Amino acid sequence: MSQLALHQKISFNRIGAMMLRYWYLLKSSWPRLLELMYWPVMQVITWGFLQTYVAQNANFFMRAGGTLIGAVILWDILFRGQLGFSISFLEEMWARNLGNLMMSPLKPVEFLLALMAMSLIRLAIGIIPMTGLALVFFHFNFFGLGLPLIAFFCNLIFTSWAVGIFVSGLVLRYGLGAESVVWTLMFALMPLACVYYPVRVLPHWLQYVSWSLPPTYVFEGMRGLLIDQVFRADLMVLAVAINAVLLVASFAAFLALLRSARRHGSLLGGGE
Amino acid sequence: MAVNDDSAGAKSAAGLPAAAAIEVARLVKQYKKARAVDDISFAIARGSITGLLGGNGAGKTTTIAMIMGLVLPTSGRVAVLGHPMPAEAAAVLGLMNFESPYVDMPMRLTVRQNLNVFGRLYAVDDLGARIGELGRDLDLTELLDRPTGRLSAGQKTRVALAKALINHPELLLLDEPTASLDPDTADWVRGHLETYRRRHGATILLASHNMFEVERLCDRVIILKRGRIVEDDSPAQIMARYSRDTLEQVFLDVARGRAQDGAVRETMAPETLSPEAMS
Repeated sequence: MSQLALHQKISFNRIGAMMLRYWYLLKSSWPRLLELMYWPVMQVITWGFLQTYVAQNANFFMRAGGTLIGAVILWDILFRGQLGFSISFLEEMWARNLGNLMMSPLKPVEFLLALMAMSLIRLAIGIIPMTGLALVFFHFNFFGLGLPLIAFFCNLIFTSWAVGIFVSGLVLRYGLGAESVVWTLMFALMPLACVYYPVRVLPHWLQYVSWSLPPTYVFEGMRGLLIDQVFRADLMVLAVAINAVLLVASFAAFLALLRSARRHGSLLGGGE
Repeated sequence: MAVNDDSAGAKSAAGLPAAAAIEVARLVKQYKKARAVDDISFAIARGSITGLLGGNGAGKTTTIAMIMGLVLPTSGRVAVLGHPMPAEAAAVLGLMNFESPYVDMPMRLTVRQNLNVFGRLYAVDDLGARIGELGRDLDLTELLDRPTGRLSAGQKTRVALAKALINHPELLLLDEPTASLDPDTADWVRGHLETYRRRHGATILLASHNMFEVERLCDRVIILKRGRIVEDDSPAQIMARYSRDTLEQVFLDVARGRAQDGAVRETMAPETLSPEAMS
Protein backbone atom coordinates (compact mmCIF):
# COMPACT_ATOMS: atom_id res chain seq x y z
CA MET A 1 0.00 0.00 0.00
CA SER A 2 2.69 2.39 -1.07
CA GLN A 3 0.83 5.03 -3.02
CA LEU A 4 -2.72 6.11 -3.66
CA ALA A 5 -2.16 4.33 -6.96
CA LEU A 6 -5.08 5.95 -8.74
CA HIS A 7 -3.34 5.19 -12.02
CA GLN A 8 -3.28 1.48 -11.29
CA LYS A 9 -6.10 -0.98 -11.71
CA ILE A 10 -8.53 -1.02 -8.83
CA SER A 11 -9.49 -4.47 -7.62
CA PHE A 12 -13.12 -4.81 -6.55
CA ASN A 13 -12.21 -8.20 -5.07
CA ARG A 14 -9.86 -6.50 -2.62
CA ILE A 15 -12.46 -3.84 -1.81
CA GLY A 16 -14.93 -6.68 -1.25
CA ALA A 17 -12.43 -8.45 1.00
CA MET A 18 -12.16 -5.37 3.20
CA MET A 19 -15.94 -4.99 3.37
CA LEU A 20 -16.18 -8.65 4.33
CA ARG A 21 -13.65 -8.03 7.10
CA TYR A 22 -15.83 -5.22 8.57
CA TRP A 23 -19.01 -7.21 8.11
CA TYR A 24 -17.49 -10.13 10.05
CA LEU A 25 -16.65 -7.67 12.78
CA LEU A 26 -20.14 -6.17 12.93
CA LYS A 27 -21.73 -9.61 12.91
CA SER A 28 -19.56 -10.79 15.78
CA SER A 29 -20.25 -7.84 18.06
CA TRP A 30 -23.81 -6.94 19.09
CA PRO A 31 -22.63 -3.87 21.06
CA ARG A 32 -21.23 -2.46 17.82
CA LEU A 33 -24.54 -3.02 16.04
CA LEU A 34 -26.52 -1.59 18.95
CA GLU A 35 -24.32 1.48 19.09
CA LEU A 36 -25.06 2.16 15.42
CA MET A 37 -28.76 2.50 16.23
CA TYR A 38 -28.65 3.81 19.80
CA TRP A 39 -27.54 7.41 19.26
CA PRO A 40 -29.71 8.13 16.21
CA VAL A 41 -32.73 6.82 18.10
CA MET A 42 -31.91 8.96 21.15
CA GLN A 43 -31.49 11.99 18.89
CA VAL A 44 -34.77 11.63 17.11
CA ILE A 45 -36.71 11.03 20.32
CA THR A 46 -35.22 14.06 22.09
CA TRP A 47 -35.63 16.44 19.18
CA GLY A 48 -38.98 15.00 18.20
CA PHE A 49 -40.47 15.83 21.58
CA LEU A 50 -38.91 19.29 21.45
CA GLN A 51 -40.45 19.89 18.05
CA THR A 52 -43.84 18.70 19.26
CA TYR A 53 -43.65 21.17 22.15
CA VAL A 54 -42.52 24.07 19.94
CA ALA A 55 -45.15 23.32 17.30
CA GLN A 56 -47.86 23.54 19.94
CA ASN A 57 -46.68 27.01 20.92
CA ALA A 58 -45.50 28.78 17.78
CA ASN A 59 -47.33 29.42 14.54
CA PHE A 60 -44.10 29.62 12.54
CA PHE A 61 -43.00 26.14 13.44
CA MET A 62 -46.48 24.79 12.87
CA ARG A 63 -45.95 25.97 9.29
CA ALA A 64 -42.44 24.59 9.21
CA GLY A 65 -43.47 21.21 10.47
CA GLY A 66 -40.63 18.69 10.51
CA THR A 67 -37.82 21.23 10.22
CA LEU A 68 -36.19 20.20 13.46
CA ILE A 69 -36.53 16.47 12.99
CA GLY A 70 -35.47 16.81 9.37
CA ALA A 71 -32.38 18.72 10.48
CA VAL A 72 -31.62 16.10 13.12
CA ILE A 73 -31.80 13.27 10.60
CA LEU A 74 -29.74 15.12 8.00
CA TRP A 75 -27.16 16.05 10.63
CA ASP A 76 -26.97 12.42 11.63
CA ILE A 77 -26.35 11.41 8.02
CA LEU A 78 -23.41 13.83 7.98
CA PHE A 79 -22.04 12.86 11.39
CA ARG A 80 -22.73 9.11 11.24
CA GLY A 81 -21.41 8.97 7.67
CA GLN A 82 -18.08 10.31 8.86
CA LEU A 83 -18.07 8.10 11.96
CA GLY A 84 -18.96 5.05 9.87
CA PHE A 85 -15.94 5.77 7.70
CA SER A 86 -13.57 6.64 10.52
CA ILE A 87 -14.56 3.88 12.94
CA SER A 88 -13.88 1.21 10.32
CA PHE A 89 -10.45 2.79 9.92
CA LEU A 90 -9.94 2.97 13.68
CA GLU A 91 -10.84 -0.71 14.00
CA GLU A 92 -7.61 -1.43 12.10
CA MET A 93 -5.63 0.76 14.47
CA TRP A 94 -7.24 -0.75 17.57
CA ALA A 95 -6.64 -4.26 16.19
CA ARG A 96 -3.01 -3.40 15.29
CA ASN A 97 -3.84 -4.75 11.84
CA LEU A 98 -2.77 -1.77 9.76
CA GLY A 99 0.72 -3.20 9.13
CA ASN A 100 -0.82 -6.37 7.70
CA LEU A 101 -2.93 -4.29 5.32
CA MET A 102 -0.09 -1.95 4.38
CA MET A 103 2.03 -4.95 3.46
CA SER A 104 -0.72 -6.57 1.41
CA PRO A 105 -1.53 -5.79 -2.23
CA LEU A 106 -4.44 -3.61 -1.02
CA LYS A 107 -4.02 -0.14 -2.53
CA PRO A 108 -4.81 2.95 -0.50
CA VAL A 109 -7.57 3.96 -2.88
CA GLU A 110 -9.14 0.50 -2.51
CA PHE A 111 -8.91 0.80 1.25
CA LEU A 112 -10.63 4.20 1.14
CA LEU A 113 -13.35 2.92 -1.21
CA ALA A 114 -14.03 0.02 1.18
CA LEU A 115 -14.30 2.49 4.06
CA MET A 116 -16.77 4.58 2.03
CA ALA A 117 -18.89 1.54 1.27
CA MET A 118 -18.85 0.54 4.94
CA SER A 119 -19.89 4.03 5.99
CA LEU A 120 -23.03 3.62 3.82
CA ILE A 121 -23.81 0.24 5.37
CA ARG A 122 -23.26 1.48 8.93
CA LEU A 123 -25.31 4.58 8.16
CA ALA A 124 -28.20 2.51 6.85
CA ILE A 125 -28.21 0.40 10.00
CA GLY A 126 -28.51 3.56 12.13
CA ILE A 127 -30.66 5.86 10.01
CA ILE A 128 -33.39 3.51 8.79
CA PRO A 129 -34.71 2.74 12.31
CA MET A 130 -34.39 6.46 13.09
CA THR A 131 -36.60 7.47 10.17
CA GLY A 132 -39.10 4.78 11.15
CA LEU A 133 -39.33 6.19 14.66
CA ALA A 134 -39.78 9.72 13.31
CA LEU A 135 -42.69 8.47 11.20
CA VAL A 136 -44.38 6.40 13.88
CA PHE A 137 -44.03 8.74 16.85
CA PHE A 138 -43.83 12.22 15.32
CA HIS A 139 -45.62 11.72 11.98
CA PHE A 140 -42.61 13.01 10.07
CA ASN A 141 -42.04 11.07 6.87
CA PHE A 142 -38.38 11.71 6.12
CA PHE A 143 -38.65 10.01 2.74
CA GLY A 144 -41.55 12.35 1.96
CA LEU A 145 -38.88 14.92 1.13
CA GLY A 146 -38.90 13.15 -2.22
CA LEU A 147 -36.24 13.39 -4.90
CA PRO A 148 -34.45 16.36 -3.29
CA LEU A 149 -33.53 13.93 -0.51
CA ILE A 150 -31.14 12.21 -2.94
CA ALA A 151 -29.32 15.50 -3.52
CA PHE A 152 -29.25 16.23 0.22
CA PHE A 153 -27.98 12.74 1.02
CA CYS A 154 -25.27 12.70 -1.64
CA ASN A 155 -23.90 16.08 -0.62
CA LEU A 156 -23.84 15.19 3.06
CA ILE A 157 -22.20 11.83 2.48
CA PHE A 158 -19.54 13.39 0.22
CA THR A 159 -18.67 15.88 2.96
CA SER A 160 -18.60 13.10 5.56
CA TRP A 161 -16.16 11.10 3.42
CA ALA A 162 -13.93 14.12 2.85
CA VAL A 163 -13.71 14.72 6.60
CA GLY A 164 -13.31 10.97 7.23
CA ILE A 165 -10.42 10.65 4.78
CA PHE A 166 -8.65 13.65 6.29
CA VAL A 167 -8.97 12.55 9.92
CA SER A 168 -7.94 8.99 8.99
CA GLY A 169 -4.77 10.47 7.51
CA LEU A 170 -4.16 12.32 10.77
CA VAL A 171 -4.54 9.12 12.80
CA LEU A 172 -2.28 7.29 10.36
CA ARG A 173 0.41 9.90 10.84
CA TYR A 174 0.04 10.71 14.54
CA GLY A 175 -1.31 7.41 15.88
CA LEU A 176 -4.18 6.93 18.27
CA GLY A 177 -3.16 10.10 20.07
CA ALA A 178 -5.09 11.88 17.31
CA GLU A 179 -8.18 9.71 17.78
CA SER A 180 -10.15 12.46 19.51
CA VAL A 181 -10.13 14.45 16.24
CA VAL A 182 -12.25 11.68 14.73
CA TRP A 183 -14.98 12.26 17.31
CA THR A 184 -14.84 16.03 17.50
CA LEU A 185 -13.96 17.59 14.16
CA MET A 186 -17.44 17.32 12.70
CA PHE A 187 -18.88 19.19 15.70
CA ALA A 188 -16.74 22.17 14.75
CA LEU A 189 -18.82 22.36 11.56
CA MET A 190 -22.14 22.17 13.38
CA PRO A 191 -22.61 25.86 14.30
CA LEU A 192 -21.18 27.02 10.97
CA ALA A 193 -23.25 24.68 8.82
CA CYS A 194 -26.42 26.20 10.31
CA VAL A 195 -28.05 22.88 11.04
CA TYR A 196 -30.95 24.21 13.12
CA TYR A 197 -31.15 27.88 12.06
CA PRO A 198 -30.84 29.86 8.83
CA VAL A 199 -27.54 31.31 7.67
CA ARG A 200 -28.87 34.87 8.08
CA VAL A 201 -28.73 34.39 11.86
CA LEU A 202 -24.92 34.43 11.69
CA PRO A 203 -22.87 37.67 11.73
CA HIS A 204 -22.33 38.87 8.19
CA TRP A 205 -18.61 37.99 8.03
CA LEU A 206 -19.25 34.49 9.37
CA GLN A 207 -21.80 33.84 6.66
CA TYR A 208 -18.93 33.68 4.13
CA VAL A 209 -17.36 30.87 6.17
CA SER A 210 -20.70 29.15 6.43
CA TRP A 211 -21.29 29.25 2.67
CA SER A 212 -17.89 27.61 2.12
CA LEU A 213 -19.25 24.42 3.72
CA PRO A 214 -21.39 22.08 1.58
CA PRO A 215 -23.70 21.04 4.47
CA THR A 216 -24.86 24.67 4.79
CA TYR A 217 -26.43 24.40 1.33
CA VAL A 218 -28.17 21.18 2.31
CA PHE A 219 -29.69 22.54 5.52
CA GLU A 220 -30.75 25.76 3.80
CA GLY A 221 -32.19 23.64 1.00
CA MET A 222 -34.13 21.50 3.46
CA ARG A 223 -35.62 24.55 5.16
CA GLY A 224 -36.54 26.00 1.79
CA LEU A 225 -38.29 22.77 0.90
CA LEU A 226 -40.16 22.34 4.18
CA ILE A 227 -41.03 25.98 4.87
CA ASP A 228 -41.42 27.50 1.40
CA GLN A 229 -42.01 24.29 -0.56
CA VAL A 230 -39.24 25.31 -2.98
CA PHE A 231 -36.37 23.04 -4.04
CA ARG A 232 -33.22 25.10 -4.63
CA ALA A 233 -31.30 23.07 -7.23
CA ASP A 234 -28.74 25.89 -7.49
CA LEU A 235 -27.77 25.31 -3.87
CA MET A 236 -27.22 21.61 -4.51
CA VAL A 237 -25.04 22.26 -7.57
CA LEU A 238 -22.84 24.63 -5.56
CA ALA A 239 -22.60 22.06 -2.77
CA VAL A 240 -21.50 19.36 -5.23
CA ALA A 241 -18.82 21.68 -6.61
CA ILE A 242 -17.43 22.47 -3.15
CA ASN A 243 -17.60 18.80 -2.19
CA ALA A 244 -15.54 17.88 -5.25
CA VAL A 245 -12.85 20.32 -4.13
CA LEU A 246 -13.00 18.96 -0.56
CA LEU A 247 -12.71 15.35 -1.68
CA VAL A 248 -9.68 16.06 -3.87
CA ALA A 249 -8.07 18.05 -1.04
CA SER A 250 -8.73 15.28 1.48
CA PHE A 251 -7.19 12.65 -0.85
CA ALA A 252 -4.15 14.85 -1.28
CA ALA A 253 -3.88 15.38 2.48
CA PHE A 254 -4.24 11.64 3.11
CA LEU A 255 -1.42 10.92 0.67
CA ALA A 256 0.81 13.54 2.24
CA LEU A 257 0.09 12.21 5.74
CA LEU A 258 0.71 8.60 4.62
CA ARG A 259 4.05 9.62 3.17
CA SER A 260 4.90 11.50 6.35
CA ALA A 261 3.94 8.42 8.40
CA ARG A 262 6.34 6.33 6.33
CA ARG A 263 9.08 8.89 6.81
CA HIS A 264 8.61 9.01 10.58
CA GLY A 265 8.15 5.25 11.04
CA SER A 266 4.72 5.72 12.61
CA LEU A 267 3.14 2.89 10.58
CA LEU A 268 5.10 0.42 12.69
CA GLY A 269 3.63 1.51 15.98
CA GLY A 270 0.36 3.33 15.60
CA GLY A 271 0.06 3.64 19.35
CA GLU A 272 -0.35 6.71 21.47
CA MET B 1 29.20 -10.73 1.98
CA ALA B 2 28.26 -7.07 2.07
CA VAL B 3 27.51 -5.68 -1.36
CA ASN B 4 30.08 -3.48 -2.95
CA ASP B 5 28.28 -0.71 -4.80
CA ASP B 6 30.86 -0.82 -7.52
CA SER B 7 30.41 -4.52 -8.16
CA ALA B 8 30.27 -5.48 -11.79
CA GLY B 9 27.59 -7.53 -13.46
CA ALA B 10 23.91 -7.21 -14.25
CA LYS B 11 22.00 -4.49 -12.46
CA SER B 12 18.39 -4.37 -11.40
CA ALA B 13 15.96 -1.49 -11.88
CA ALA B 14 17.27 -0.02 -8.64
CA GLY B 15 20.81 -0.10 -10.00
CA LEU B 16 21.64 -3.04 -7.77
CA PRO B 17 22.95 -6.54 -8.61
CA ALA B 18 20.20 -8.58 -10.26
CA ALA B 19 18.96 -12.04 -9.27
CA ALA B 20 18.95 -11.37 -5.53
CA ALA B 21 15.71 -11.59 -3.57
CA ILE B 22 16.58 -8.51 -1.53
CA GLU B 23 19.11 -5.87 -2.48
CA VAL B 24 20.01 -3.09 -0.10
CA ALA B 25 22.53 -0.39 -0.98
CA ARG B 26 23.90 2.32 1.28
CA LEU B 27 20.70 2.38 3.29
CA VAL B 28 20.35 5.08 5.95
CA LYS B 29 17.47 5.92 8.25
CA GLN B 30 17.87 9.02 10.32
CA TYR B 31 15.15 9.82 12.82
CA LYS B 32 15.12 13.14 14.63
CA LYS B 33 17.50 12.13 17.39
CA ALA B 34 18.98 8.87 16.26
CA ARG B 35 20.45 7.16 13.25
CA ALA B 36 18.60 3.84 13.30
CA VAL B 37 20.29 2.43 10.20
CA ASP B 38 23.67 3.72 9.16
CA ASP B 39 24.84 3.06 5.62
CA ILE B 40 24.28 -0.67 5.25
CA SER B 41 24.50 -2.70 2.07
CA PHE B 42 23.79 -6.36 1.43
CA ALA B 43 22.16 -8.68 -1.07
CA ILE B 44 20.24 -11.80 -0.14
CA ALA B 45 20.25 -14.75 -2.51
CA ARG B 46 16.98 -16.31 -3.59
CA GLY B 47 16.12 -19.48 -1.72
CA SER B 48 18.29 -18.68 1.28
CA ILE B 49 17.47 -18.12 4.93
CA THR B 50 19.27 -15.12 6.38
CA GLY B 51 19.27 -14.10 10.01
CA LEU B 52 19.35 -10.45 11.01
CA LEU B 53 20.78 -10.18 14.50
CA GLY B 54 21.46 -7.36 16.89
CA GLY B 55 20.55 -5.98 20.29
CA ASN B 56 17.46 -3.92 20.93
CA GLY B 57 17.65 -0.81 18.81
CA ALA B 58 20.37 -2.18 16.55
CA GLY B 59 18.21 -1.39 13.52
CA LYS B 60 16.76 -4.80 12.62
CA THR B 61 13.09 -3.82 12.62
CA THR B 62 13.75 -0.53 10.82
CA THR B 63 15.75 -2.37 8.18
CA ILE B 64 12.97 -4.89 7.64
CA ALA B 65 10.38 -2.09 7.60
CA MET B 66 12.34 -0.29 4.88
CA ILE B 67 12.58 -3.51 2.88
CA MET B 68 8.80 -3.87 3.17
CA GLY B 69 8.23 -0.22 2.25
CA LEU B 70 6.60 0.64 5.58
CA VAL B 71 9.37 3.12 6.37
CA LEU B 72 11.01 5.43 3.85
CA PRO B 73 14.82 5.50 3.91
CA THR B 74 16.58 8.79 4.47
CA SER B 75 18.94 7.72 1.71
CA GLY B 76 20.01 4.57 -0.08
CA ARG B 77 18.11 2.04 -2.14
CA VAL B 78 16.13 -1.12 -1.58
CA ALA B 79 14.97 -3.56 -4.23
CA VAL B 80 12.79 -6.60 -3.62
CA LEU B 81 12.61 -9.38 -6.24
CA GLY B 82 14.16 -6.93 -8.67
CA HIS B 83 11.75 -4.05 -8.00
CA PRO B 84 12.79 -0.83 -6.27
CA MET B 85 10.87 -0.17 -3.06
CA PRO B 86 8.59 1.53 -2.34
CA ALA B 87 8.18 2.87 -5.89
CA GLU B 88 7.25 -0.51 -7.36
CA ALA B 89 5.77 -2.05 -4.25
CA ALA B 90 2.54 -2.90 -6.06
CA ALA B 91 4.48 -5.28 -8.30
CA VAL B 92 5.87 -7.37 -5.44
CA LEU B 93 3.56 -7.10 -2.45
CA GLY B 94 1.54 -10.05 -3.71
CA LEU B 95 4.70 -12.17 -3.89
CA MET B 96 5.88 -11.54 -0.35
CA ASN B 97 4.43 -11.68 3.13
CA PHE B 98 5.51 -11.06 6.68
CA GLU B 99 4.95 -11.73 10.32
CA SER B 100 5.86 -9.31 13.06
CA PRO B 101 5.19 -8.77 16.76
CA TYR B 102 4.28 -5.18 15.85
CA VAL B 103 1.05 -6.29 14.19
CA ASP B 104 -1.83 -8.56 15.18
CA MET B 105 -4.60 -10.34 13.39
CA PRO B 106 -8.09 -8.91 14.10
CA MET B 107 -9.04 -10.60 17.35
CA ARG B 108 -12.82 -10.75 16.99
CA LEU B 109 -12.68 -12.52 13.66
CA THR B 110 -12.38 -16.29 13.63
CA VAL B 111 -9.23 -17.83 12.24
CA ARG B 112 -11.11 -18.86 9.10
CA GLN B 113 -12.56 -15.36 8.62
CA ASN B 114 -9.12 -13.79 8.98
CA LEU B 115 -7.57 -16.19 6.49
CA ASN B 116 -10.52 -15.66 4.17
CA VAL B 117 -10.04 -11.87 4.21
CA PHE B 118 -6.28 -12.02 3.70
CA GLY B 119 -6.60 -14.74 1.08
CA ARG B 120 -8.92 -12.48 -0.91
CA LEU B 121 -6.57 -9.53 -0.50
CA TYR B 122 -3.78 -11.68 -1.94
CA ALA B 123 -6.09 -13.08 -4.65
CA VAL B 124 -5.37 -16.67 -3.61
CA ASP B 125 -6.87 -19.25 -5.97
CA ASP B 126 -9.14 -21.92 -4.50
CA LEU B 127 -9.04 -20.18 -1.15
CA GLY B 128 -11.17 -22.69 0.73
CA ALA B 129 -8.75 -25.48 -0.16
CA ARG B 130 -5.75 -23.32 0.76
CA ILE B 131 -7.21 -22.54 4.17
CA GLY B 132 -7.85 -26.24 4.71
CA GLU B 133 -4.28 -27.04 3.67
CA LEU B 134 -2.83 -24.43 6.05
CA GLY B 135 -5.10 -25.74 8.78
CA ARG B 136 -3.62 -29.20 8.37
CA ASP B 137 -0.01 -28.03 7.92
CA LEU B 138 -0.07 -25.73 10.94
CA ASP B 139 -2.33 -27.87 13.12
CA LEU B 140 -5.08 -25.25 13.06
CA THR B 141 -7.99 -27.31 11.72
CA GLU B 142 -9.81 -27.49 15.04
CA LEU B 143 -9.20 -23.78 15.67
CA LEU B 144 -10.47 -22.44 12.34
CA ASP B 145 -13.87 -21.41 13.66
CA ARG B 146 -12.67 -19.96 16.96
CA PRO B 147 -12.16 -16.20 17.45
CA THR B 148 -8.48 -15.39 17.03
CA GLY B 149 -8.45 -13.40 20.26
CA ARG B 150 -9.35 -16.46 22.31
CA LEU B 151 -6.32 -18.45 21.24
CA SER B 152 -3.14 -18.97 23.23
CA ALA B 153 0.04 -17.10 22.27
CA GLY B 154 1.40 -20.16 20.50
CA GLN B 155 -1.83 -20.70 18.58
CA LYS B 156 -1.92 -17.02 17.57
CA THR B 157 1.63 -17.32 16.28
CA ARG B 158 0.60 -20.28 14.15
CA VAL B 159 -2.34 -18.24 12.82
CA ALA B 160 -0.01 -15.34 12.00
CA LEU B 161 2.25 -17.81 10.22
CA ALA B 162 -0.73 -19.16 8.29
CA LYS B 163 -1.55 -15.61 7.18
CA ALA B 164 2.10 -15.08 6.22
CA LEU B 165 2.07 -18.25 4.10
CA ILE B 166 -1.41 -17.93 2.59
CA ASN B 167 -0.16 -16.58 -0.76
CA HIS B 168 2.78 -19.04 -1.10
CA PRO B 169 5.19 -16.09 -0.77
CA GLU B 170 8.48 -16.13 -2.64
CA LEU B 171 9.87 -13.87 0.05
CA LEU B 172 9.01 -14.17 3.73
CA LEU B 173 10.05 -11.50 6.23
CA LEU B 174 9.84 -12.65 9.83
CA ASP B 175 10.45 -10.41 12.82
CA GLU B 176 11.04 -12.58 15.90
CA PRO B 177 8.70 -15.34 14.74
CA THR B 178 9.12 -17.46 17.86
CA ALA B 179 9.24 -14.74 20.51
CA SER B 180 7.21 -15.68 23.62
CA LEU B 181 6.60 -19.22 22.43
CA ASP B 182 7.29 -22.27 24.56
CA PRO B 183 10.25 -24.37 23.35
CA ASP B 184 8.03 -27.07 21.87
CA THR B 185 5.93 -24.64 19.79
CA ALA B 186 9.00 -22.65 18.79
CA ASP B 187 10.72 -25.82 17.58
CA TRP B 188 7.60 -26.78 15.68
CA VAL B 189 7.46 -23.37 13.95
CA ARG B 190 11.15 -23.61 12.98
CA GLY B 191 10.56 -27.03 11.51
CA HIS B 192 7.69 -25.70 9.46
CA LEU B 193 9.75 -22.79 8.13
CA GLU B 194 12.51 -25.18 7.07
CA THR B 195 10.00 -27.36 5.29
CA TYR B 196 8.40 -24.38 3.56
CA ARG B 197 11.74 -23.10 2.29
CA ARG B 198 12.71 -26.56 1.07
CA ARG B 199 9.41 -27.21 -0.72
CA HIS B 200 8.94 -23.79 -2.32
CA GLY B 201 12.47 -22.50 -2.69
CA ALA B 202 11.38 -19.39 -0.82
CA THR B 203 13.69 -16.73 0.55
CA ILE B 204 13.40 -15.99 4.26
CA LEU B 205 14.79 -13.00 6.12
CA LEU B 206 14.53 -13.53 9.83
CA ALA B 207 15.15 -11.06 12.65
CA SER B 208 15.59 -12.89 15.91
CA HIS B 209 17.08 -12.73 19.38
CA ASN B 210 17.13 -16.50 19.58
CA MET B 211 20.65 -17.57 18.65
CA PHE B 212 19.83 -21.25 18.69
CA GLU B 213 17.08 -20.56 16.16
CA VAL B 214 19.42 -18.62 13.91
CA GLU B 215 22.10 -21.32 14.08
CA ARG B 216 19.58 -23.96 13.15
CA LEU B 217 17.78 -22.14 10.36
CA CYS B 218 20.10 -19.66 8.73
CA ASP B 219 22.59 -20.08 5.92
CA ARG B 220 23.88 -16.64 6.61
CA VAL B 221 23.88 -14.15 9.47
CA ILE B 222 24.06 -10.38 9.39
CA ILE B 223 24.80 -8.82 12.76
CA LEU B 224 23.86 -5.19 13.27
CA LYS B 225 25.09 -2.89 15.98
CA ARG B 226 24.03 0.73 16.26
CA GLY B 227 22.61 0.57 12.76
CA ARG B 228 25.77 -0.76 11.13
CA ILE B 229 26.70 -4.21 9.87
CA VAL B 230 29.45 -5.62 12.06
CA GLU B 231 29.36 -9.23 10.81
CA ASP B 232 28.04 -10.82 7.64
CA ASP B 233 28.85 -14.48 7.01
CA SER B 234 27.69 -18.04 7.61
CA PRO B 235 27.08 -18.91 11.29
CA ALA B 236 30.00 -21.38 11.24
CA GLN B 237 32.42 -18.83 9.79
CA ILE B 238 31.42 -16.17 12.29
CA MET B 239 31.76 -18.54 15.24
CA ALA B 240 35.16 -19.64 13.96
CA ARG B 241 36.32 -16.04 13.66
CA TYR B 242 35.38 -15.34 17.26
CA SER B 243 36.67 -18.75 18.42
CA ARG B 244 33.26 -19.43 19.94
CA ASP B 245 31.10 -22.53 20.01
CA THR B 246 27.75 -20.79 19.79
CA LEU B 247 26.29 -17.71 18.14
CA GLU B 248 25.04 -16.65 21.56
CA GLN B 249 28.64 -16.21 22.69
CA VAL B 250 29.43 -14.28 19.52
CA PHE B 251 26.37 -12.10 20.06
CA LEU B 252 27.57 -11.26 23.58
CA ASP B 253 31.06 -10.52 22.28
CA VAL B 254 29.63 -8.12 19.72
CA ALA B 255 27.17 -6.53 22.13
CA ARG B 256 29.86 -6.02 24.77
CA GLY B 257 32.41 -4.78 22.33
CA ARG B 258 34.85 -7.68 22.48
CA ALA B 259 37.10 -7.99 19.46
CA GLN B 260 37.35 -11.23 17.56
CA ASP B 261 40.31 -12.29 19.70
CA GLY B 262 38.22 -11.90 22.84
CA ALA B 263 39.72 -8.63 24.06
CA VAL B 264 37.23 -6.15 25.44
CA ARG B 265 37.16 -3.01 23.29
CA GLU B 266 34.40 -1.24 25.12
CA THR B 267 31.56 -1.96 27.47
CA MET B 268 28.14 -1.05 26.35
CA ALA B 269 24.59 -2.07 27.05
CA PRO B 270 22.46 -2.59 23.98
CA GLU B 271 20.64 0.67 23.34
CA THR B 272 16.89 0.64 23.21
CA LEU B 273 15.47 2.45 20.27
CA SER B 274 11.87 1.89 19.32
CA PRO B 275 10.52 3.61 16.21
CA GLU B 276 8.46 5.84 18.53
CA ALA B 277 11.49 6.77 20.62
CA MET B 278 13.49 7.52 17.54
CA SER B 279 10.92 9.63 15.79
